[in-house]
Amino acid sequence: MKNPNLEIAFTHIVARKKQTLIAALGVTIGLSVYLFMNSLTSGFERFQTAETFKSTAHIKIYKDDERAKALVSSGNVETMIVNPQVVNSSKELINPEQLVNSVKKEPYITQAIMQVDFAAFYNKGTAQVKGTSNGVNIVDYNAMFNTQKYMKAGTIADLQNNKNGIILGSGIADKLGVRLGDNISVASSVGVTKNLEIVGIFELGSSMVDNGTSYVNISTAQQFLKESPFFVNTIYANTIDYNKSTEYMHSLQQLTSYKVEDWKVINADILAGATTRKMMFGSISFAILVVAAFGIYNILSSTISQKINDIAILKATGYRGSDVIQIFLTEALIMGLMGSIMGILLGSLLIYLLQHVYVGGPVGYFPIGFEIPIIAQSFVLGLLFTVLAGFFPAKKAANVDPVSIFRK
Amino acid sequence: MEERKVILESKNISKYFHEPSTFQVLKEVSFKAYEGEFLTLVGKSGSGKSTLLYCLSTMDTDYGGELYMLNEKITGQSPDQLSDLRNQSIGFIFQFHYLLPEFTCLKNVMLPALKLKKYSPKEIEERAYEKLVALDLHEQALKPASKLSGGQQQRVSIARALINDPKIILCDEPTGNLDSKNTQIVFDIFKQLSTENNQTIIAVTHDNDFAKASDRTIEMSDGKILINGKL
Ligand SMILES: Nc1ncnc2c1ncn2[C@@H]1O[C@H](COP(=O)(O)OP(=O)(O)OP(=O)(O)O)[C@@H](O)[C@H]1O
Ligand SMILES: [Mg+2]
Repeated sequence: MKNPNLEIAFTHIVARKKQTLIAALGVTIGLSVYLFMNSLTSGFERFQTAETFKSTAHIKIYKDDERAKALVSSGNVETMIVNPQVVNSSKELINPEQLVNSVKKEPYITQAIMQVDFAAFYNKGTAQVKGTSNGVNIVDYNAMFNTQKYMKAGTIADLQNNKNGIILGSGIADKLGVRLGDNISVASSVGVTKNLEIVGIFELGSSMVDNGTSYVNISTAQQFLKESPFFVNTIYANTIDYNKSTEYMHSLQQLTSYKVEDWKVINADILAGATTRKMMFGSISFAILVVAAFGIYNILSSTISQKINDIAILKATGYRGSDVIQIFLTEALIMGLMGSIMGILLGSLLIYLLQHVYVGGPVGYFPIGFEIPIIAQSFVLGLLFTVLAGFFPAKKAANVDPVSIFRK
Repeated sequence: MEERKVILESKNISKYFHEPSTFQVLKEVSFKAYEGEFLTLVGKSGSGKSTLLYCLSTMDTDYGGELYMLNEKITGQSPDQLSDLRNQSIGFIFQFHYLLPEFTCLKNVMLPALKLKKYSPKEIEERAYEKLVALDLHEQALKPASKLSGGQQQRVSIARALINDPKIILCDEPTGNLDSKNTQIVFDIFKQLSTENNQTIIAVTHDNDFAKASDRTIEMSDGKILINGKL
C-alpha cells in the first residue's frame, strides 16, 4: 500500500471488527429507514398525482364569477352598493375556438379541448343523484384522459355515435340501479330534462368522480343549458411538464382575460397534505440518520482515546496533524461506506417487500418503487454524515500533544 | 584540533510549568552538540532532563530561548515544518518503548520511512529488516509488537528511530529496560552510529558506566547545567 495513513486506518478497522460493525450497523439502519421512508412518500405522491390527472387537466380556463362593483357612477350621481354580490352573468367564453387555437400554439401545450360543464340531476323512478355532466368531444377527451381505459361497460365510440347517449360514473349507476342500455332522465338547473341512453359506465377509482360525473356529447350539453351550438364554458389543456404548470399558467394568462388555473391551485388541499406528509417523513428519517451519525462519532471518539499512544508515536515520528485526520476520516469513511451499502440493500429489501403487498381498491399493489435519485441521495447523505461525524474526533486526535502522553 | 560541525545548539532555553504552581524547570540551558558526537545527559531525578529532551525533539514548543539544528533556527517554525524535520532528521527513543501494538515489528520500524517516502516500500522493508538484524530481532520481525518482551520492544523502537538515518538521535533512558548484555548491544550501536555514520546522539541515562563511556556528558541539576565535559 502506497499511503501509510490508509494502511494504519485499515489495520485499526480490522483490529476492531466488532466496533466497526456496530458503527456500520447504525448507519445501515438509519440509511435504510431514510431510503424506505423517502421512497414511500415519493411513490405515494406519484400515485396521487397520477390519480389526480385521471380527471384533472394541467390547466383549466374558465370565466370566473364577477362581483358587482361597490361604487357605480352614472353622470354626476355616485351610487354606493352596500352589499355587492356575484353578478349572475353567463359563463360563456367568447370566441373559444380562437382561444383554443392560440393556446395550442404555445410550445409547452400538448393538448387543449373545449368543454361544456353543467350541474346535472340524474333520475330513475324516484331515485335522484346530483352531479356534474361534462359535454365533451369524447374522442378528444379520451386522448387527454384515457377514459376508455376506465370503461367498465360500453365504449367511448358508442357515445360519439349516439346524440342521446350518456356515459355514467359507476357510483351513479349503482345508486340508480341502472345498467348499460337502460334509459335515465337527466335534468339541468335551467329546467331542461332529457331521456338519455346509458352507452357506457366508467370507474376511475375516485369516489368523488365516480359518484357524480357523466359524459355527454357537447351539443347535448349545450341544449341542457339552452345555449347556442357555439357555447363553451371551459377549456382544458395539458402541458409537457405538469411540475412547471404554475409557470405555464402565468404565461397563458397573458393570452386571455378569463381565469387560468393550474392543477396545483385546483388541488391545493391535497397538495398541502402531501407536503405536510413529505416534511414529516423527511424530518423523521433525517433524525434517524443523525442518530446513526452519532454512533460513528461515539465509536471513533472511543477509538481515539484508546489509540492516543499510537497517535502520539505517529506525531513524534513525523506524521503531521493532517495525516492523523486522514487516518481517522478514512476509518469513518470505511464504516460509513460499509453501513451505507448495507443500508441501501436493506432499504431496497424493504421496498421490494412492500411492493408485493396488495392494498386492494384502486391502489392495487403498494405504490412504492426503486428510485435511483432517492437511492443516490441516501447514499451521499449517509457518507456525508459519517464523514462529518468522523471529522470532529479526527480533529481532536490531530491536536493531541505527544509530550503530554509520553510524560504519563 | 579541527573545527567540528555544530549539529544542534540550544541558546538560553528556559521553561516554566504553571501547574500546580509556577516554577522554572529549565534555567537558561545553553550547549552545543557536534556532528558524530555521542553525548549523555545525566542528573538527579526531577532535574529536567526529559523536559529538555522534549524541547530538543521539537515536540515541545512552549519554551523561551532559541534552538538551532543543522544551521537552521527551529524555534518558531510551523507544526508541519517541525513534523517534517522530526521525520527526516530526528530519531526519538522513548523511555517506555512505545510501539503500535497491532502492527508487526517490521511494520513499526517501517512507519517513519513510509511517511518520508525516500525509498520504495520494497526497499523500506529491506532496510527495516536490516535494522532488526543488527539488533538481533529478525526472528521477531513478523510478530505483532504487543507479543514481545519489554526489552525486545525497546530494541524495536531503537530500530524505528534509526530507519530514516536521522542526523540526530534523542533517547530518554534507552537502556532502562535492558539487561547488561542488551545494554552493551545498544551502546555499541550508538558508538558505531556516531563514529561510522557521523550521527549525533544525545542520550539521557542513569547508568554511570554508560555515561562514562560516551564522548561527553552534561550533568543537570535543578534545571541548570552543572558539569559539561568528558567524565
Ligand atoms: N506536566 C508537568 N507539569 C508540571 N510539572 C512537571 C510536568 N512534567 C514534569 N514536571 C516537573 O518538572 C521537573 C522536571 O521533570 P523531568 O521529567 O524533566 O525530570 P527528569 O530529569 O527527566 O527526571 P527522571 O530522571 O525522573 O526522568 C520535575 O520536578 C517534574 O515534577
Ligand atoms: Mg525523565
